[in-house]
Amino acid sequence: MMRRSATAVLERNVTWSGEFATEPWEAAWAGEAMFFVRRLDGLIAPDSSAVPAPLLRARVQLSPDGIRWIDEGCSLVLNADDEMAFVRVREFGGWLRLAGTVRPGETAKVIAYLSLKE
Amino acid sequence: MNPPHTGPFRPLPDIIYADDFDCGLQGWTGLIGNYEHSLDSILPEYRDLRPPMLSNATTWDTGTGGSATGTYSMKLATRAKSRSLAVGIKRTTYPVACPLQLEMLFTFKPEASQLRLSLADVGAVGIIFDLQDAQRRVMPHLRYLNAINGELAGRWQFKQRSPTFHDIGDSGDTVSHFHLGPDGWQDLPGGDQRLCYNEIATKQNWHYLRVGFDLATMSFTALQCNDRHFDVSTLEPMTMPAMPNLWCMLNVVLFAEASADRRAFFYADSVLLSADFDAAKKDGR
Repeated sequence: MMRRSATAVLERNVTWSGEFATEPWEAAWAGEAMFFVRRLDGLIAPDSSAVPAPLLRARVQLSPDGIRWIDEGCSLVLNADDEMAFVRVREFGGWLRLAGTVRPGETAKVIAYLSLKE
Repeated sequence: MNPPHTGPFRPLPDIIYADDFDCGLQGWTGLIGNYEHSLDSILPEYRDLRPPMLSNATTWDTGTGGSATGTYSMKLATRAKSRSLAVGIKRTTYPVACPLQLEMLFTFKPEASQLRLSLADVGAVGIIFDLQDAQRRVMPHLRYLNAINGELAGRWQFKQRSPTFHDIGDSGDTVSHFHLGPDGWQDLPGGDQRLCYNEIATKQNWHYLRVGFDLATMSFTALQCNDRHFDVSTLEPMTMPAMPNLWCMLNVVLFAEASADRRAFFYADSVLLSADFDAAKKDGR
């Protein structure tokens, strides 16, 4: 049996700053998921230090009802000089979202995807 | 694809599609406004139409409700913002300009984020065909206006007037018109209807909807919701000159609009589009 799959565009051409969370997404039919966050604005040039500077951090969150949320434990980090980041998650129940924070003083114009597969 | 075996469906002889969302989204997808070179060129109203998802209708107090005929339905969820729109579209073409009939089971509810009835928090749910023949692009619009400005409305409406077209980008090849907005809706004569909302925000009752439209005459032929059969003989669809790339287009659009700063949910199950390919032979057209 071919496995069903679907990718949702959760945010498109949206500028995140400070705290953010994607809209609740029902995923009970799926067994595995990946969130992708891709930046649509220009990359921030890395400074002289060799340590990547996180532009944003986001946590996968679960919910039994689509209203109340709890951290799943997985997260992604999008560095200032990266275009894209992802995080994988399995056995997540009925709802998924991504919640996170953009580094103070910065913004990120993004497109965010949720790729689901049976 | 077979017609559903259960439910009140009485399709025309030829099935164009019979979508059971237990099998996935079945070609239903999100709607985006036209753009050229950059997403920034999309008309502002078209930038954030929320896309469809598969729902098992789980609520915090009673668990999974499922769909009308199985586990999953197609859910359109707005943002928690008044006037936010969620839109699902399925794009096909038609093989014969003949009578069409769309049937589905649907229900709508606000997000149960407060312990109150919330009856007026869903603004409207609706259906649009987007069609084109050799001369015209025709966009029949229907919606059930549940509430407006926090007050219950409970009536069917249609939209005839075409909004202004805007050029998109700089090539001259792309235009866009936002036809889903709150302006221009007219009450259907005799179109008042009270639906079974039920008594708390987490109890859902499924409704039967049937819309008839004849591609040969580009006119409405039927609107039935549950036990009510409405007179559509005076309804005119939105009509505009044919566009360059849309020949034989047969798109169906479902949408929901929030009327409060709370998510509005519209669920559709078993969307069944049927036609009568031989109608012209039968009536001697």
